[in-house]
Amino acid sequence: MANKVKAIVITGYGTNCENEMAQACRLGGADQVDIAHVSELLHGEYRLDDYHFLNLPGGFLDGDDLGAGQAGAHRFRHAAIVGSDEKLQDQLLRFINDGKLILGVCNGFQLMVKMGLLPGFDRCYTDRQVSLTYNDSGRFEDRWVNLAVDSASPCVFTKGLTHLYYPIRHGEGKFVARDDATMQQVLANRLVALRYIDPATLEPTTEYPYNPNGSPDGIAGICDPSGRLFGLMPHPEAFLHRVNHPRWTREELPDEGQGVALFRNAVDFIRTNL
Amino acid sequence: MLARIQVGLKPAFRDSFGETTASRIKNDLGLPVDSVRTIKVFTVEADITDDQLLAAAQGPYCDPVTQDYSLGPLALDWHYDFDWLIEVGFRPGVTDNEGRTAAQALELMLGRKLASHEAVYTSTQFLMCGSLSQEEAETIAKKALANELIQRFTIISHADFVKEGGLKPYAAKVVSETKAVVDEVDLDVSDEELLRISRDGVLALTLDEMTFIRSYLAQPEVVEQRRAHNLSTKVTDVELEALAQTWSEHCKHKIFSGNIEYHDLDAGTVEKVESLFDSYIRTPTAEIRKRMGDKDWCLSVFKDNAGVISFDNEWNVVFKVETHNSPSALDPYGGALTGIVGVNRDPFGTGMGAKLLCNTNMFCFATPFYDKEIPARLLHPKRIQEGVREGVEHGGNKSGIPTVNGSLYFDDRFAGKPLVFCGTVGIMPKEINGKPSHEKMALPGDLIVMTGGRIGKDGIHGATFSSEELNENSPATAVQIGDPITQKKMFDCLIKARDMGLYRCITDNGAGGLSSSVGEMAEFTGGFELHLDRAPLKYAGLQPWEIFLSEAQERMTLAVPPEKIDGFMALCRKMDVEATLLGTFTDSGKFHCLYDGKTVAFMDMDFVYKALPPMEMVAKWQQKSFAEPQLPAVPDLADELKKLLASLNICSKEYVVRQYDHEVQGISVVKPLTGVANDGPSDAAVVRPLFDSFAGLVISHGVCPRYSDIDTYHMTACAIDEAVRNAISVGGSLERMAGLDNFCWCDPIQSDKTPDGHYKLAQLVRANRALAHYAKAYGVPPISGKDSMKNDYMMEGTKISIPPTLLFSVMAKIDDVRKAVTMDAKRAGDVVYVLGTTYAELGASEYAVLHGGLGNAVPKVREADSLPRYRALEQAIKAGLVASCHDCSDGGLGVALAETAFSGNLGMDLDLRQAPRHDIHRDDVLLFSESQSRFVVTVPADKAAAFEAVMADTGLGRLGTVTAETILQATGLGGAPVLRADLAELKQAWQATLAF
Repeated sequence: MANKVKAIVITGYGTNCENEMAQACRLGGADQVDIAHVSELLHGEYRLDDYHFLNLPGGFLDGDDLGAGQAGAHRFRHAAIVGSDEKLQDQLLRFINDGKLILGVCNGFQLMVKMGLLPGFDRCYTDRQVSLTYNDSGRFEDRWVNLAVDSASPCVFTKGLTHLYYPIRHGEGKFVARDDATMQQVLANRLVALRYIDPATLEPTTEYPYNPNGSPDGIAGICDPSGRLFGLMPHPEAFLHRVNHPRWTREELPDEGQGVALFRNAVDFIRTNL
Repeated sequence: MLARIQVGLKPAFRDSFGETTASRIKNDLGLPVDSVRTIKVFTVEADITDDQLLAAAQGPYCDPVTQDYSLGPLALDWHYDFDWLIEVGFRPGVTDNEGRTAAQALELMLGRKLASHEAVYTSTQFLMCGSLSQEEAETIAKKALANELIQRFTIISHADFVKEGGLKPYAAKVVSETKAVVDEVDLDVSDEELLRISRDGVLALTLDEMTFIRSYLAQPEVVEQRRAHNLSTKVTDVELEALAQTWSEHCKHKIFSGNIEYHDLDAGTVEKVESLFDSYIRTPTAEIRKRMGDKDWCLSVFKDNAGVISFDNEWNVVFKVETHNSPSALDPYGGALTGIVGVNRDPFGTGMGAKLLCNTNMFCFATPFYDKEIPARLLHPKRIQEGVREGVEHGGNKSGIPTVNGSLYFDDRFAGKPLVFCGTVGIMPKEINGKPSHEKMALPGDLIVMTGGRIGKDGIHGATFSSEELNENSPATAVQIGDPITQKKMFDCLIKARDMGLYRCITDNGAGGLSSSVGEMAEFTGGFELHLDRAPLKYAGLQPWEIFLSEAQERMTLAVPPEKIDGFMALCRKMDVEATLLGTFTDSGKFHCLYDGKTVAFMDMDFVYKALPPMEMVAKWQQKSFAEPQLPAVPDLADELKKLLASLNICSKEYVVRQYDHEVQGISVVKPLTGVANDGPSDAAVVRPLFDSFAGLVISHGVCPRYSDIDTYHMTACAIDEAVRNAISVGGSLERMAGLDNFCWCDPIQSDKTPDGHYKLAQLVRANRALAHYAKAYGVPPISGKDSMKNDYMMEGTKISIPPTLLFSVMAKIDDVRKAVTMDAKRAGDVVYVLGTTYAELGASEYAVLHGGLGNAVPKVREADSLPRYRALEQAIKAGLVASCHDCSDGGLGVALAETAFSGNLGMDLDLRQAPRHDIHRDDVLLFSESQSRFVVTVPADKAAAFEAVMADTGLGRLGTVTAETILQATGLGGAPVLRADLAELKQAWQATLAF
């Protein structure tokens, strides 16, 4: 049992949600939260091995040039720690093998699928099987969306949650699989922890704007079969206090924003299991 | 090798970029395109093997789940049956951000840096289906796909493409054989010749300025000093270009600092004004600060790149707004992108450097539905609008800075020059390493270091329309394209350097590049010695003066103490940021540049920065008179209201707002869109900068260019009032509210080109007088600002001048963001109030223009009435008495009521007879007059008495109640029902116009 839960938030090369992601970790109960620039990881000033909870925040890694997360995934694969042969990816795979948690939000989710961390069938975390492509609308949008949690999903982060309301802020969020079999496997394994829903029916939807990108089956976030790796397009770290809610001046809301719950689940899991 | 990698979405996937391109061509050009698919082309020029090329194609350049790649023509691999293929790529030397990222990915894969002759270039192929002629395909290329100033295109038919097996690879490389040469210019020539030198060199130096330089160079001690550095009595091109830049209107603000003889022809008086800036901007701020005494919260005003005020006991906030008009006219995307990432560097380069908190923007365009002929060399207003929108989207979103506040204003006189105002707020700890963060100082002996991007010919003489055709291998110099990621990497690094105390002074490279950044910082020490040959270049072939003047983006200049240089350079290396040592700040009193060890510029600092005599100008004011609008005898008020809601200046701008990230950093409290369906128009933004405090910042602005047609004095008063009341609406406090003035004027100097220059200068004087008066009246000190004085279009005998425009931006404090108020009606049963008296002020209003006349009764600001109202409303909001608050601006009370109602999806039952008014006898005048300083407020019924007590004697009218029935209805001044409108219809009218 971890007596001190340590979270690391990666930034640099265009990541831009690191501060609110770190704050979400703190509010979720993490005892130590460090924001580490990729350059500092590559210079060995921070090592993933020293942490339990890896956060890959949103942003525009490399400006989304070559496709969102594309150049960033390439960097993780090829960049070596200065003065050693160890690749950043080696640290990452060791981190996963140790049963630790990874959360990728928006650009972090894009980075995870492009590295092949998700969906992670058969514990394979280096082969790209799914991706996130351009919204059907062809444009970047900032918009709040209603989400439903699949309670049968193995996802550690969404345990005990049912419905969530977060903003999306992306241009490339439509979930696609390399083939039907992969898509079926994602669905059959209940990896789709989070779906866009129609607020009237509370059913998953592909209808714009409730589903902002045209993602099939309303897919907004998926986990790996262990439930410890989770990526989602909506931004939980953007809703940490009720004043972040777009209608806080007209609705009765608890002080704590709905985004904190995902991080608290992660911290609690680590405290109990690691 | 020179090879192409082509990547495209697999045919089974929707190509939404292609789809939107197709609908743009159909809608904007009316050409019959059935479909468009796109292919990205990476042209790789590098010493790599075929296997390495393939690995790049399969690895970083392609997503195997969604994309196909090919080393040949992908369109042929697909057997895609298009009619025309248009490939669009950048011209040599134009910033290609994706090409840079592609090159970095290749370097990572190869495990080595690319050599100077190696690079990756990107281009895009548009595969079009549709029965189009070659000529139509060319129209599409020119008007929809490429901007020929910065891009080149190739058009090929399907048959030719098949026959030739695709297009040949082409590297957009700058080819330049020039050797570094420093030219000397002889100024001992005739006046005509001096003017020719200025004109041909795009120097914009006047005859007086040219002769002033000549007499300086003739001074015996100057001659002697220069001779000691092997310089003759002629001026070098480095010196002449630097002087032209330093003394340009853009940098020196000669109009604002000159002497004006102001004739009021109506009053028959003549007055002298010595420096508009000192008289009407700097002095009022000084007086306001004096009045505040030891409570003065202004920290740094008008002396640094941005204004600084105190936020709380631990933090300062910084604000700057800039314009980027001419570049946005030439290349809307690149111009606007550079505008926003450029203004980001201002707060970052203020004091010891601020972390960037939020962006604002305000755009002025001609109507996107413009159907008259477009004058030569101008782009269609819709293309400008979309390009600017997208440039600011990419600049803001990719930098991770939320765009929290903004607006669009339309007037066809902006066809000649759009206005693109971009603003950035930053925050910094009050003290950094034990010293006040808002101060900076370079010391003699400090090293000059440049960080960030490299130098190219970008933006040399940038703000000038160049009449010269660009040829194939010459870099496009007129326009820069910003690179938000290179800048973000630099900021990530420099903020660490700041906290580690690794530099002493910092400023940005904007207009004038190194010549102004190094020059400005050297004023602290009294001199500098700069080695131009040491500057890192994007490509070979830049002349020394070009290196000095280049406006290449993403660069900061720093003063690093010698003992810190190793630590500074090590940090930059670690964080993958280029940093170069270029010279030393000195106390020699000399402006000294060298190239390869030889002196290429040597002048006295005082001559460059202080000696220029002020300009002498004449202004003549005479009130103009305009035809009154023809108001309908019996107006259908519901219909008139719908027409106003649908007008360009009032309608919803949601399509723009949604494409800007307004929530990154997790600080948003009042968002630009609000209400029951998250789509109502907020008056101002509220952000909460610190996670451990509920103190907030309110950001708002005011702008009303059309009022200038009647009187710029009242235009300015109304812009200030609008900014202030917007801030008050959401809960901002007058106790800590600072302003920024951004003037965009048409040329106000009398000449053959500008026969009405005297009048335009008088308009400027009047605007400044209003600024001084109302800033003092409200106690809102201007802390920073900028002017852009030449917003005219002149080509082939056509002249289009913008209406004189002042953007007044406001930053205010709100002690507790949980007290903030939004503009949407909240609950049925709440009481509806109007605050403030309505006057018959339809002059230059939306309603007047709708009815074909400008009129003359321009709205006036009556601060004796408005100030007590603002103070009382601030207290009422603080006490939690207010459910909603919305200011009355364009379209007046009627539009404010409608917006309040439909944003809450709640109706209103109103009696217009209860509205405080003066000399108004028509319901339409009451509803649509644009009198200032008014609000629509809704208050819970149980708080109405308390609210009325707080607001007593401030001009309050209890108009009626909020209803569950979604109908806006009102009894008129005559006692009969005059307005009944369905909210859904009103909202539909408001949303449909710009539903792009």
